[in-house]
Amino acid sequence: MRLTWWKITAIVLLAYAVIGGLLLPVPELTQLGETIRNLYYHVCMWFAMMILFTVSIIQSIKYLRTGSIEHDIKAVSYAGVGTYLGLLGYATGAIWASFTWADPNNPAFASFGSIMREPKLIGAAIALLIYGAYFILRSSITDMDQRARVSAVYNIFAYAMLFPSIWIIPRLLPSLHPGQEGNPALNFNDIDARMRMVFYPAVIGWTLLGAWIATLKIRHKILMEKKWFTNEK
Amino acid sequence: MKNKLIAFIVSLGIFAANAQAETTNDSMASLMRSNGKIYVVVAVVLTILFGLIAYLIQLDRKISKLEKEA
Repeated sequence: MRLTWWKITAIVLLAYAVIGGLLLPVPELTQLGETIRNLYYHVCMWFAMMILFTVSIIQSIKYLRTGSIEHDIKAVSYAGVGTYLGLLGYATGAIWASFTWADPNNPAFASFGSIMREPKLIGAAIALLIYGAYFILRSSITDMDQRARVSAVYNIFAYAMLFPSIWIIPRLLPSLHPGQEGNPALNFNDIDARMRMVFYPAVIGWTLLGAWIATLKIRHKILMEKKWFTNEK
Repeated sequence: MKNKLIAFIVSLGIFAANAQAETTNDSMASLMRSNGKIYVVVAVVLTILFGLIAYLIQLDRKISKLEKEA
């Protein structure tokens, strides 16, 4: 068991994100109410996804430079956990939106149809589908080296597509989702100081948890590769 | 096994603290501006979180064991 310092940090920060996130005071906003606390969970999923995708593209570039299959295993594992966190971010966003944007008891809120046209939602869906295609592409190539090379190149393309689909296009179009005129949750003027105290540790905690799961996947895959090679001989 | 035990003890402790808070301290309810008992939610979420982390630790140990054998 390798319980290193960063795994302990992840556990401590996540415990703090839950306790502090649910109990510490938050600003009172009419439309959001207590749901503002979702910032510590829903938004963190997307931040962790971005960081894990960044690690994944770095590993893909390393693979293309060195040709070492270990980097390919790392790239696919980080991309897999990142996509999973993105799906969780999408699911939690759907729950959050259904109580803040689409409340049927309040006619001032938008209709379901306009939520379906949300540029941020569509952009995030495109980004996740592009990463979904990454896994389909991988599983369609049987040759190991070819699969690693083609999917490493595709991963760079997928990462490049992430920026227009989740950062640029949603900023150009009107949206109910916060953060159209800046960096949501990063802008020092629009995030309350009390929330920042929990939000930043929460981002680090969730990212470390994702990295922990990814390292388990990597170690498992490397073991499987070794087993496969010894069986071949 | 040890980790499971630790997670269990931690969650028990949280529940015990929660039970006390409910009987002696009513200000927690006003703190949340809702119908109170938020500590129940905290205990539940923490139990799930620590349960998942215990599972991860277990997986980690199993993989470490396999790595030593390989």
